[in-house]
Amino acid sequence: MAELSATPPKTEDRPSALREFWYYFSENRGAVFGLWVFSAFVLCAAFAPLLAPYDPTEQFRNHILQPPAWQEGGSWAFPLGTDPLGRDMLSRLIMGSRYSFFVGIVVVCVAVTGGVIVGLLSGFAPKWVDTMIMRVMDIILSFPSLLLALVLVAILGPSLTNAMIAIAIVFQPHYVRLTRASVLAERQKDYVTSARVAGAGKARLMFKTVLPNCLAPIIVQAALSFSTAILDAAALGFLGMGAQPPTPEWGTMLAEAREFILRAWWVVTFPGLAILVTVLAINLMGDGLRDALDPKLKRS
Amino acid sequence: MFGYFLTRLGMFVPTFLGVTLISFMFIRVLPGDPIIVMAGERGMTEERYQEMVEKLGFDKPVLQQYWDYLVGVLHGDLGESFVTKKPVWDEFFALFPATLELSLCAMIFAVALGLPAGVIAAVNRGKFFDRALMSSALVGYSMPIFWWALLLIIVFSGNLGWTPVSGRIDLLYYFPSVTGFMLIDSLLSGQPGAFGSAVRHLILPTIVLGTIPLAVIARQTRSAMLEVLGEDYIRTARAKGLAPARINGLHALRNALIPVITVIGLSVGTLLAGAILTETIFSWPGIGKWMVDSIFRRDYPVVQGGLLMIAVIVMLVNLLVDVLYGVINPKIRRR
Repeated sequence: MAELSATPPKTEDRPSALREFWYYFSENRGAVFGLWVFSAFVLCAAFAPLLAPYDPTEQFRNHILQPPAWQEGGSWAFPLGTDPLGRDMLSRLIMGSRYSFFVGIVVVCVAVTGGVIVGLLSGFAPKWVDTMIMRVMDIILSFPSLLLALVLVAILGPSLTNAMIAIAIVFQPHYVRLTRASVLAERQKDYVTSARVAGAGKARLMFKTVLPNCLAPIIVQAALSFSTAILDAAALGFLGMGAQPPTPEWGTMLAEAREFILRAWWVVTFPGLAILVTVLAINLMGDGLRDALDPKLKRS
Repeated sequence: MFGYFLTRLGMFVPTFLGVTLISFMFIRVLPGDPIIVMAGERGMTEERYQEMVEKLGFDKPVLQQYWDYLVGVLHGDLGESFVTKKPVWDEFFALFPATLELSLCAMIFAVALGLPAGVIAAVNRGKFFDRALMSSALVGYSMPIFWWALLLIIVFSGNLGWTPVSGRIDLLYYFPSVTGFMLIDSLLSGQPGAFGSAVRHLILPTIVLGTIPLAVIARQTRSAMLEVLGEDYIRTARAKGLAPARINGLHALRNALIPVITVIGLSVGTLLAGAILTETIFSWPGIGKWMVDSIFRRDYPVVQGGLLMIAVIVMLVNLLVDVLYGVINPKIRRR
């Protein structure tokens, strides 16, 4: 998994391009650091049942709200302490990484697939279809994303799956606009005209000729939406509209811990820290990806 | 200029219709019969049910229903809350000042810190200040604000006892609402300590809501400044021997501000989304908390009306930003 995230699939058969990518990517030390943290997160999600010392739903009734090991009253049996029901925080956090990773992957895949296809259509379709698609996207963008996701979940019913569907729908317009903008720029170029003259059909033009040249900004956006998706899913979980208890999803854990904030700092601090570190690592990586893949964008 | 304005307005109308269509559909795609939901656990007699169907217009053709809804919306009729039985329109405008006050304070906080931070980072490019500021900005940008709020409550309300945890003002103060803005109303009331209390209640929500815009503005200011600092006229200004502070502050910042203003305008959506979380955590009686509460109470007319009003506000602000942008930058108009 870790190797996969380091090598974008599109450059697999061109080692020189890959080396070039790595050269630019590794120039940004923050990005490399982000990649390491993200790899650790992915490994943690993959091997969660092996890493977690206890079952995340197992309740130790004698150890309710036990502080972390280094504090008075803590023990190394529960390194990060226990929650109000006596469940091991560390095990819940480790299992929680699975949900966040899953949310990120599913939301990005759905939003990218849908957005790229609609964006390509919009870029190649007659003007009136294009206008219609863009107006629909404008309409979706008029709603603040979290609010729209919240209302969609209210319609579909609160669950992690529905939260993912809602977030994917809300993210769609960004990919549509991004793809369409690149397609419109690429379409003017000579290689597209020559492909068309050579007799390439619409579908081939769209997916084989133009799409690969539009991928760079889409990959960068995908990395950034991965982190936003994790944040939004956690926010929905926090509001009680995402994963439902006793699921050890980080946002849901925070919501459950809210009433204990003044009595037990660890039940509140650790899940949020997990979200922050993961999101930060992905954003660092996203900045590096942008520098490496998209020379047109400013190096800042 | 007028042509540009008309084109932009022409885009506004279909989007507005689309937004009304979505909010119209909202109550009709809900699982179950909204009237049964409205009756709750008490149930409802057959006669009353028919009466409600007629009152809500569910017996008419869908197109007719949409038309009636649209006409209602344009006349400021968003229906009545299931729970309070008050018009949604009135409730919205009673609560809106609270959200506006919080959002404005958050924006002022974000701009007041974000602009200087971006300028300092750009001027010291690659040095310690730049790295420290931009790392903090990235942390701020990645922050789950609902957790940030809880942390601030633990430290400043729990451990230090400096700030209150919820509400807009202490319960001991009571005065009539004149403007709806607690800061202004508390000053007008003339009660000693009221203003201070209002300020203390505002501090934490402002910081929480302003954090992400602050990070975005700092990053945007830095990259806009860097671009401008590379321009020829800056070199000319340097060659003329102008003081660096004058060059950075006057010549560079003014031109760097244009993209920054756009970002500020476009963060209205972010602010309103953030208000949902911030208001819920701090029990701030504004639009965001109202929406979340209504979703949980299944008060569908409120959710429907609130959704529409928030979208319209975002659209109006975007329209305003686009028009202003056209005024500032003639290149956009001609496109």
